[in-house]
Amino acid sequence: MSDAQFVPSPATHAHHPAQAHHFDSLEQQQEASTLGMWVFLVNEIMFFGGLFMAYLVYRTWYPDAFAAGSSHLNIPLGATNTAVLIISSLTMALAVHAAQTSWRRGQIVFIILTIALGTTFLVIKAFEYADKFTHHLVPGPHFQWPDEKLRAPVEIFYSLYFALTGLHALHMVIGIGIMLWLLWMAWRGRFDAEYYSPVEVSGLYWHFVDIVWIFLFPLLYLIGAHVRHV
Amino acid sequence: MHTIATHTRNYINAEYGVMSWLLTRDHKRIALLYLGSVTTFFALGGLFAVAIRLELLTPAGDLVQSETYNKLFTMHGVIMVFFFLIPAIPAVLGNFLVPIMIGAKDLAFPKLNLLSWYIFMIGASFALWAVVNGGVDTGWTFYTPYSSVVSNTQVIAAAVGIFITGFSSILTGLNFIVTIHRMRAPGMTWFRMPLFIWSHYATSLIMVLGTPVIAITVLLVFAERALKLCIFDASCGGDPVLFQHLFWFYSHPAVYIMILPAMGVISELVAAGARKNVFGYSFVAFASLAIAVLGFLVWGHHMFVSSQSVYAGMIFSILSFLVAIPSAVKVFNWTATLYKGSVSWQTPMLYAYGFIGLFAIGGLTGLFLATLGLDVHVHDTYFIVAHFHYVMVGGTIMAYLGGLHYWWPKISGRLYPEGWAKFGALIVFVGFNLTFFPQFIVGYLGMPRRYHAYPEEFQVLNVMSSAGASILGVGYLIPFVYFIWSMRYGPKAGPNPWGAKGLEWTIDSPPITENFVDTPVVTEGAYAYTHERMDVV
Repeated sequence: MSDAQFVPSPATHAHHPAQAHHFDSLEQQQEASTLGMWVFLVNEIMFFGGLFMAYLVYRTWYPDAFAAGSSHLNIPLGATNTAVLIISSLTMALAVHAAQTSWRRGQIVFIILTIALGTTFLVIKAFEYADKFTHHLVPGPHFQWPDEKLRAPVEIFYSLYFALTGLHALHMVIGIGIMLWLLWMAWRGRFDAEYYSPVEVSGLYWHFVDIVWIFLFPLLYLIGAHVRHV
Repeated sequence: MHTIATHTRNYINAEYGVMSWLLTRDHKRIALLYLGSVTTFFALGGLFAVAIRLELLTPAGDLVQSETYNKLFTMHGVIMVFFFLIPAIPAVLGNFLVPIMIGAKDLAFPKLNLLSWYIFMIGASFALWAVVNGGVDTGWTFYTPYSSVVSNTQVIAAAVGIFITGFSSILTGLNFIVTIHRMRAPGMTWFRMPLFIWSHYATSLIMVLGTPVIAITVLLVFAERALKLCIFDASCGGDPVLFQHLFWFYSHPAVYIMILPAMGVISELVAAGARKNVFGYSFVAFASLAIAVLGFLVWGHHMFVSSQSVYAGMIFSILSFLVAIPSAVKVFNWTATLYKGSVSWQTPMLYAYGFIGLFAIGGLTGLFLATLGLDVHVHDTYFIVAHFHYVMVGGTIMAYLGGLHYWWPKISGRLYPEGWAKFGALIVFVGFNLTFFPQFIVGYLGMPRRYHAYPEEFQVLNVMSSAGASILGVGYLIPFVYFIWSMRYGPKAGPNPWGAKGLEWTIDSPPITENFVDTPVVTEGAYAYTHERMDVV
């Protein structure tokens, strides 16, 4: 068998241009990339999971400080950002649908909308960060908190706030980068009903980043709401 | 490229030039890139070990100062764990063999595979930068608050290096999982897969589930040091022990990242060496998964004396004992496979026999350490140093060397010199035991780890250990020399020098770039041996 000469099998002729040489069929390739993204997202859950674990421990230890720290976060801006991300997940899903139905114009429009919404989120986030800097709520030597008893644990709250939202924002930036690449590919008409897995798996990633925020918003912004009202 | 390829074309001579290697997407070439990298790190980590053993020749701390000694054992540990033991078998042998063993042309994501190597090298560059610019002295465990606020060495660079390298491990694991799920040849059902594949599947699960946790943990240490965040620092109400929880949540499973692929290698060697189906194949396969799952539930046994509650300690102790069950299943099944087998005494099998014996000692002493009362006595002594070196060096490195010998004819197309190889295996075995067995005794007698000076009564055992280390070093040099020699002067191996079963032995040595001329169709289990020994080299 090993001495046999290489004879291309008939199946190798009718390849879709996007099919890589080491896959037997485009279907196998799409299944592989979808599974690959799901495995990656499991890894991402564990990545954020370490931070959520730290959040869980410290919030159990310092519930008052966490509520007090949370009450200085801007709920209207956070809620707006939540809405922005949920709508961006809708436009992302519509972009996937446009790819599956070979609708090039729809792909371009919905990917641009997704990029615009993602950017809106980051701009609002930047304003929130700037506000924290001016109010000395950034952990480190300049951190200030009026109640000396709560100062140290509130600093932990803000450390977790910046670590969690910062990592989330980094994922958003990477997501927007992926969207720009998708836009370029869609512009060149690469996606159709037969080959759309890049749009689909990028969509999985985008939705995941969205879902992380859905957890972050209540855990960071809303746990102080009752403190604000008393 | 459009000419008709004959069997003289293979993955090594398919293309020429440095760029054809640096930009390759062929899993076999990437395996060789990793082979070069991890061999270099093994040598570097070994140099630090030489310095450690030289210092410990005499009771007085006379060769290096204690600060330097702290850096020596830290860098020995960091390099050996993160840059040799974790990638060694999966990234070299696994990369080379996983696609071939399941009848695939490549891993599912070849570009990602190359990216993994680059990520590994970038992470390694940070670690090397830390080594060259003064080193790190925190121990490979980076315990806070020493690592986050006290130590004035290159913790940031080392942490960044480990963070980056982690993603190489994650992407390799991801690639293996998808490949094993989606790329199997027709007829390659899950229970026809070689046990090497099962163990790499279990390893990949740990890589994907565990590595992100160490990534976020060292990232937080980095953030605490560089960005002045407050996470683990007790001065602002943080919990240093939380770091230990997060660290060991990965770093205990990481032990199984190191040993599970080794167990996969041993299953292959034992089946080929005994010419029998592996006894209780499905038990060995599920034992790999069981070790992977249990591995995530035992991290607290590293913290028996770190203010952990006694009840948590008891639970972690019981769970740790449970790991012995799947481990013992493997050891007993390998032994049962050898029973009445047509047993070979060639070099790969010498390493396999070494592995089974040494892993049994390493594993059983692990039970001592999982016992709460005994652990209080021996924790942080040379007993634990000896224990994990029996598992990692006596286990993983023995299996890695055994696997390299077994698959070397496939990788290089050449045979290594059998006589020298047997001699080398003997030297490694003798050197290893002389190095590490005395450490069990000296540790039980109370010599703590991580000190550069010790009472005079421990000197005899330490001299034995240092003498053994020099023998072990020679033992590692011997294969290094004849492997390189054999690439040019070794006799041609042919497709199947061992008369072994498995898809990798049905193709040329070295294989062609696409591995298989036609996708194979699998009709039998992985170890369908008949009981006769063919005329082999």
